[in-house]
Amino acid sequence: MYIPHTDIERQQMLDVIGVKTLEELFRDVPEEYRNPNLNLPVGQSEMEVLDQMRLLAEANNSTDDLISFLGAGAYDHFVPSAVDMLLKRGDFFSAYTPYQPEISQGTLQAIFEYQTLISNLTGMEISNASHYDGATAAAETAITAYYHFKKKRKTVVVSPFIHPDYIQVLRTYLQAIEDIQILIPDVNSPDEFLDVTPNYLNDDTALLLFQYPDFLGNLYDYTTLIEQLHQAGGLAASIVYPQVLGIMKSPAAMDADFIVGEAQSLGLPLNFGGPYIGFFTTKKEFIRKISGRIVGETIDADNKRGYVLTLTAREQHIRREKATSNICTNQGLNALAVAIYLSLLGKTGMNDVSTICYQKAHYLATQISSLKGFSIVNKAPFFNEFVIECPLDAADVNKRMAGIGILAGFDLSQFDVNRKNQLLIAVTEKSTRESMDYYVNALQEVLNA
Amino acid sequence: METLGDRKYAKTDEWVKVEGKNGRIGISDYAQDQLSDIVFIEFLKEPGEQVNQGEIFATIESVKAAADVNSPISGTVKEINESLMDTPELLNSNPFDKAWMGVIELNDEKELESLMDAGEYDSFCESR
Amino acid sequence: MPESTIYEISSPGRMGFKFPNLDVDSTELPESFLRDDLPLPELSELDVVRHFTNLSRLNYSIDSGFYPLGSCTMKYNPRINEVTSRLSGFCNTHPLQPIETVQGNLLLMYLLQEWLMEITGFDAATLQPAAGAHGELVGGLIIYAYHKLNKDIKRTKILIPDSAHGTNPATSNMSGFEIVSIPTDSRGNLDLDALKGLCDETVAGLMLTNPNTLGLFEEQVVQVNKIVHDAGGLVYGDGANLNALLGIVKPHDLGFDIMHINLHKTFSTPHGGGGPGSGPVVVADFLKDFLPGPIVEIIEEANDELPPLYGLVTPKHSIGRMKAFHGHFGIIVRALTYMMIQGKDGLRSVSEHAVLNANYLMARLKDTYTLPYDRICMHEFVLEGVWEDIPDVHALDIAKRLIDYGFHPPTNYFPLNVHEALMIEPTETENKDTLDRFTEVMLKIAGEAKVTPELLREAPHHAPVKRLDEVKAARELVLCCWTPNPENE
Repeated sequence: MYIPHTDIERQQMLDVIGVKTLEELFRDVPEEYRNPNLNLPVGQSEMEVLDQMRLLAEANNSTDDLISFLGAGAYDHFVPSAVDMLLKRGDFFSAYTPYQPEISQGTLQAIFEYQTLISNLTGMEISNASHYDGATAAAETAITAYYHFKKKRKTVVVSPFIHPDYIQVLRTYLQAIEDIQILIPDVNSPDEFLDVTPNYLNDDTALLLFQYPDFLGNLYDYTTLIEQLHQAGGLAASIVYPQVLGIMKSPAAMDADFIVGEAQSLGLPLNFGGPYIGFFTTKKEFIRKISGRIVGETIDADNKRGYVLTLTAREQHIRREKATSNICTNQGLNALAVAIYLSLLGKTGMNDVSTICYQKAHYLATQISSLKGFSIVNKAPFFNEFVIECPLDAADVNKRMAGIGILAGFDLSQFDVNRKNQLLIAVTEKSTRESMDYYVNALQEVLNA
Repeated sequence: METLGDRKYAKTDEWVKVEGKNGRIGISDYAQDQLSDIVFIEFLKEPGEQVNQGEIFATIESVKAAADVNSPISGTVKEINESLMDTPELLNSNPFDKAWMGVIELNDEKELESLMDAGEYDSFCESR
Repeated sequence: MPESTIYEISSPGRMGFKFPNLDVDSTELPESFLRDDLPLPELSELDVVRHFTNLSRLNYSIDSGFYPLGSCTMKYNPRINEVTSRLSGFCNTHPLQPIETVQGNLLLMYLLQEWLMEITGFDAATLQPAAGAHGELVGGLIIYAYHKLNKDIKRTKILIPDSAHGTNPATSNMSGFEIVSIPTDSRGNLDLDALKGLCDETVAGLMLTNPNTLGLFEEQVVQVNKIVHDAGGLVYGDGANLNALLGIVKPHDLGFDIMHINLHKTFSTPHGGGGPGSGPVVVADFLKDFLPGPIVEIIEEANDELPPLYGLVTPKHSIGRMKAFHGHFGIIVRALTYMMIQGKDGLRSVSEHAVLNANYLMARLKDTYTLPYDRICMHEFVLEGVWEDIPDVHALDIAKRLIDYGFHPPTNYFPLNVHEALMIEPTETENKDTLDRFTEVMLKIAGEAKVTPELLREAPHHAPVKRLDEVKAARELVLCCWTPNPENE
C-alpha cells in the first residue's frame, strides 16, 4: 500500500539506474543473510485492519465503560472538540521539525505561543519547546543543575513524596554519571518534609526536587525551604500539576528555579500513558544551560517578524559529546494541543476548570469522610487529589469497586508498603454529582459486604 | 585572513601576545571566520584561578557551532574581558585587538616555544 | 500577512469554552494559596480555530509536497492511522487501570513487540522509549550496565563513526563513556583498519548506523561487528535507516546486539512538527534482562477456556524506567496499523521502492552535482551542494532556492564528513513524476547558480517569510510573545 509505482515506471527507473532488477540494488547486502523469511501475515485492506483494531479497542474497558477516579500522574480531563480537529490538519501533523524556518512559520509560531502560555501559567520567565514527559523533564533539571555548578555540587536531594515513576526515571538517567548521588530525606510524613529537609541541604547540594501538590495531594508553601536551599547555594525544582495553577499560586512565587511537570491534563487524552508532554520552565539566567528546543522571535530580510529555532549551539547536533542531553525532539503536536487548549479556555476557562476540580474533590472527600470506617488522611490543604484510609486493603476495595464498574483510585501500597489501606483518589470536572454519590454508595456496600 | 606577527599561535587557533610577565590571549581571525557570527561567550576561569596550557578557558557559541577556547599558556588568570559578554560580535570584528579574552601571568616562558609563529600558523591554516 | 500572536488578538472578556455549572456546594478556597492573576489570553472559539488554521497554512508538510529530508524518512502518513489511534477504547484508558481491563491495549503492544522482533531478527523488545534519541540512551545504558554487571570496568570508550548523527556522541556521554571517532574510508564505509587499531579491552562498544548516514550499506558490516565482539565490546545499531532493510536483511543476523527503531520514520507515524515519536529498542537474547521496564509479556498462559493474560513485567537487571508509564501508546497503535496494512510483502516492497527511488534520483543528478561516493546507494544519498568554479554559492543557497519551486529542501550540512552536504531521501511513497519534477528543478537551479547566483543567495523569494536573521534571534533573545500587563487594564 501507498507505493505508487507502475510496472512501466519501475522498468524505466531501473533502466536509468543501469540495473536489470530490484534485487541488484541490494548487492552490498551479504548474500547469506539476504531475503530472510519474515514469519508475519501478508498485507490487508483498510476494512480488515479497521475491524481487527476495533476488536482490540473493544477488548478494553475504557472510561466510557467505567467511572474513573484514578489519577496518580495521568488525569481524565475533558478535551474540547476544537483541539483534536485542529491537530488533524495535515499541515500540522505531517510537517517535520522546523529546520527550514521560512516554510515552517506555522509550527514555529505555535511553539512560540506554547512557550509563552506555559511561562505565563507557571509564572516563570521562559519555557522550552517541551520534553517527552513530566518525568524526563524532572530528570533534566538534575542534569542541568549538575552541569550548571560545573560538576562541583554532586548531590540531588529528592522529596520522597514525588511520583514514584519520576524517582525511577531520575535514577535511570543519573546511573552512568557516577559521581552524582540521589539523597532522599528520611521523612515519616509529608507534613514533616518542610522541617526535616533543611538538614539535608549543604554546599554539595546541586538541586532539591519536590512536587506541588505532592504525590499524596498535599499543598505546602515551600518559600522558606527554598530560601534555606538558596542560602546553601543549591537550586529548587518543582514538579507541578498544571491544573492547580488555574487558581493556586505557583512555586514561582516561592522563588523556585525550575518548574516542570506533565501537561497531559491540558488537552491530551489518557491514551494509556502516552504520548504525553513534559513542560520545562525556568528563569532567564539558566537559558543557555537547559536542554530541549527553543523557539525565538526575529525578523526576516524584509524586516517582517518571524520565528526560528534558536540557541541551537546547546543541542546535540552541534555540541555532540559535549551536549548535556541527547534530546533531539520535542513533543511537537502535543505542544500544539496544549497551546490550543490554553487559548480556548483562556483566563476564565482555566480558572473555571481548576475551581470545579477543587470543589468536586472536596465534595467527594466530605461525603466519604462521613462514612463509618473511612477517613481523609490529608492534613494539609489539597487540590483535586486526596488520600482516604479504608477499613480494608485498598487492593481489595479496588477489586470490589471494579466489579461494579468503578475505578476507585490508586492503591498506595504500591507507593509505600505501610499504606496498604490507603487509596489516592482524583476528581476532575468530568466527575458528576451522580457519579460521586454512586461512588460513595458503592463504598458503603463494599464495607457492608 | 589576518595573522599578526607580534604573537604566537596554538594549533587550536588561539593566540598569545607577551606583555612583560603576562600573556594576553584571544582567538585568531581564522577561528572567528570558521565560527561565523558569534552570539555568546562564557568564561570558565576567573581572575585568581590557575589555568594549564591546553585547558579550556572559555566557550564560544555562534549560530552554527560551539567551540572551546583552550589557553595557549599556563599561569594565573589576572584579567578576563567581561565586556565581551555584552558584545560578543567584537570577536568577529576585532579578534586581535578589542576582543582579547584574558591576561594570564606566565608560569613558564618555555611553553611559548611549543607554539607557532605567524608564518608557521599561516601555513598550518592553508593546509586545512 | 504575518499572523498576529494569540495575545495580540485577545480581548478581555471573550470566552472560548464553557463548563457545566457546578453541581455541588462550594466550599471556601484556601486563601493563602490563591494566585493573584492568570495572564492567559481571552478568545472566542472562532478566534482560536481561525488563528491556528491560518498558522497551519504557513507550513509546508508531506501532505502539501515532496519532502526529501535525508535521514528523516518523510513518507506519507496514512489516514487510517489517525482513525485507529482515535478509537475511544484506546484513547480513554488510564495507564494504571487493572490489567484485566486493558487486555486489548496490552495485546496490541505485545503484537508490535513481536512484529519488530521478527522484522529485525532480535529476541526481546521494549516499547517504552519516547523517541529515537531516547532509545539510543537505552542502548548506551544497556552497554554500561552489561559491562558493569560483568565487572568489566576497564571499558570506558564507545567508538563512533565520524559520519554519525550528533545524538550518538551525546548519548555516549550521557551513558558515562568517552567517545573515540572512527574515520570513513574512500568507499564510504567505516575504515576497517582504523577500527582494528582501536579495538581493545578498553572498548565498551561501537555505535553503527547501517545503512550509514551517507546512505551506503556498510560493505564489511559483518566483519566490523565481529572485530568489536572479539574485543569484548557490544554493537549498538542506530536504526534510523531501517527503511532500506525491511524484508531485505535482519540487522541481528549482521551481528548487531541492540538496536533502536524510529516508528515515526520507518513505520509512518506522523512527525507532528517535531514529535511525538517513538523509539522502541530490540535486543539479542543475552541482553533481554537489561531492558527498561515495564515490557509486555504473557503472564498467564492460555487454557481451554481463556485466552492468555498479558501483563507488564520489569526485567531482572533492568536499567530502569525511561519515562513515566508504558510508552507512546498512541504512536504504537499507528505503527501496528501500518504494519498490518503492509504485511510482510508490503514491508519488503517499501524497502525495494525506497531504494529504487533514491538510486533513480542519484543517477539523474550525479552528472550535475558532485557525488562523493559513486556506488549503489540505499534509501538515501549525499551530494555536495557546491561547485569549485562558483565559490559564492553554497548548499544553503540551493536549499533555499528549492523552496521557491515548491519543494522542501533536503537535509543540509549533515553528515559532517561531506563538504556542503545535501542529503536526499525520497522515500517509497513518491511517484516517478514527482521525482522527475524534482530533478528538473535541481538541474535548473544548478544552471541559475552559474548565471544568476543572486537568485539562490537571496532565496527564498516566494515563501511566507524571507531568510530569517538567526544571529539576531540568538543575540537578542525573545522567547515569549508580548503579554498584556494586567495593571494597564
